[in-house]
Amino acid sequence: MVEVADTAARAGLLGPRRGRDPGRRREALTGFGLLSPALLLMIAMLALPLAALIVLSFWTQSGFTLDRTPTLANYWRLIEPSDREIVWMGIHFHLAYPVPAILIIKSLVMSLTATVATILLAYPMAYFLAFRVKRNKAAWIILLTVPFWTSYLLRVFSWKVVLGFNGAINSGLMSLGIIDQPLDFLLYNPGAVMITLAHSWVSFIVLPIYVSLEKIDRTMLEAASDLGDSKWKRFRRITLPLSMPGTISAALLVFIPTVGDYVTPELVGGPGGTMIGSLVQQLFTKQNNAPMGAAVSIVMMLIIGSLVLIFLTLIGYWRMRARRAS
Amino acid sequence: MRGWGLTVYAVFFIAFIYGPVLILPLFSVNDSNFATFPMAGFTLRHYAGLWGQKPLLDALVNSLKIAAGVSVLATALAVPAAIAVTRHRFPGKPAVLSFMMLPLVIPSIVMAVALLVIVLRFLGIQLSLWTVAAGHVVICLPFCLSVLVSRLEGFDAALEEASRDLGCSPMQTFWRLTFPLAGPGIISSLLLGFIISFDEFVIAFFLTGTENTLPVYLYSQLRFPNSLPGTLALGSLILVASTALVVLAEVIRRRGVQSDNPGDL
Repeated sequence: MVEVADTAARAGLLGPRRGRDPGRRREALTGFGLLSPALLLMIAMLALPLAALIVLSFWTQSGFTLDRTPTLANYWRLIEPSDREIVWMGIHFHLAYPVPAILIIKSLVMSLTATVATILLAYPMAYFLAFRVKRNKAAWIILLTVPFWTSYLLRVFSWKVVLGFNGAINSGLMSLGIIDQPLDFLLYNPGAVMITLAHSWVSFIVLPIYVSLEKIDRTMLEAASDLGDSKWKRFRRITLPLSMPGTISAALLVFIPTVGDYVTPELVGGPGGTMIGSLVQQLFTKQNNAPMGAAVSIVMMLIIGSLVLIFLTLIGYWRMRARRAS
Repeated sequence: MRGWGLTVYAVFFIAFIYGPVLILPLFSVNDSNFATFPMAGFTLRHYAGLWGQKPLLDALVNSLKIAAGVSVLATALAVPAAIAVTRHRFPGKPAVLSFMMLPLVIPSIVMAVALLVIVLRFLGIQLSLWTVAAGHVVICLPFCLSVLVSRLEGFDAALEEASRDLGCSPMQTFWRLTFPLAGPGIISSLLLGFIISFDEFVIAFFLTGTENTLPVYLYSQLRFPNSLPGTLALGSLILVASTALVVLAEVIRRRGVQSDNPGDL
């Protein structure tokens, strides 16, 4: 599903380039007319709900009463200092309500690790597909795409079956006589969440990387070899920088949704593997504090958004370098 | 030598992405109530046990109805939008397109709670399968739009200009030229929308009322060790069905693209 990454990445660069013509105003009107049903739906069901979420985050809830006076109380609560000190992973938190801060940091680290693992796993595969596979490319591409579209829930669940206390790995190793006690550190920890996330998204990321490798002008690689570059040097100086923008934008499409993932930590994370999505869910349901849940969601999106901006700046930098190289 | 290394890696890679998932069908035909090695023998009793479970069948019917409706609606909205994006110039196109692609980069839990807030607190509508379907249209639309945009870009817009020059009305041009040429894209958009909605869990989990969709039902079963064999069998059936649909969608789309644009992805 490379076009998804592609369309998202170069939104707006599409469409035939035609010269100026007098009917341009009419063309624009027809364009908006054709677009309006989809656009109205997206405004009604995406923009308005997000706006509602923002409004809700400025309200407060205590018990069953919702106070509609606009206030920054929820946001303040997230950063409210306190004398009590909580140490998590060597970081000292002096916060009155440290759970969201800890979970956000933890989610970002876990998701970033999973994203990096995804790239490292997918890049050689994409390289193989772009430079080694000569026949049956379409079959390879379908083989790589299919897992991404089969139920996310089931892919996560299958890891529970594989890693579980009475799961496939433990029972397999025991029946082979390699261990006599089930290993209990396989499931219900951050490691299991990261493995599962990487597995779930790796089939999504191969194709965008493949496309950015496929776009590289082969004559450039030949020229490098003719001029005496070794294979490794050629890879480092041409292939890698030229494929970097596509790889980073693909990585963003993995990083962004995984930070807020709910299913994976719930199923394989256990108490130690919870992420921010679980907190949002709890605030909206069990803890009955939807305004706080809204504030946490918005802070999470703002943080993800600013990280994405940094990534995009990186892409710009790589593009510039790539242009200089060519 | 390096070529061989990569080939070996590719084989391991395929084994890695398929291996864990194939555990489900493997244990679903194992004659045991646990998913453990060594295998105990072949049986289909876990599949037979699924038949007649009313909550499961109800959930299946709900999911099929929602997925069918969502895929048709999302595609119907995406076709004119894709034509606008590929064939018309208008101000603010990048912003509009980025906005339409937004569901791709918003965590589904945020989408789910945002829809929950507006439905319950601002509109006061009861949660039902309708609210699930509404949420699913939003997340399917960017995928349908991407597939259709890439299909419409795949053939020459000059064909449509020629058709207009030869006196066809815009509607005639659409029905006689654009629609048939975009056909494979439309079919794969329908199939993709169907699969996405059929498999979607988080939004359905938050927005459903008293009735379940299949993934929500499946999730409720995952907690009970007793229902593991049935869950494995049900999961395997879902995997087979969605794999068949995805392969179909991809084959149709690729055939369509390749026939006029050899070498294109």
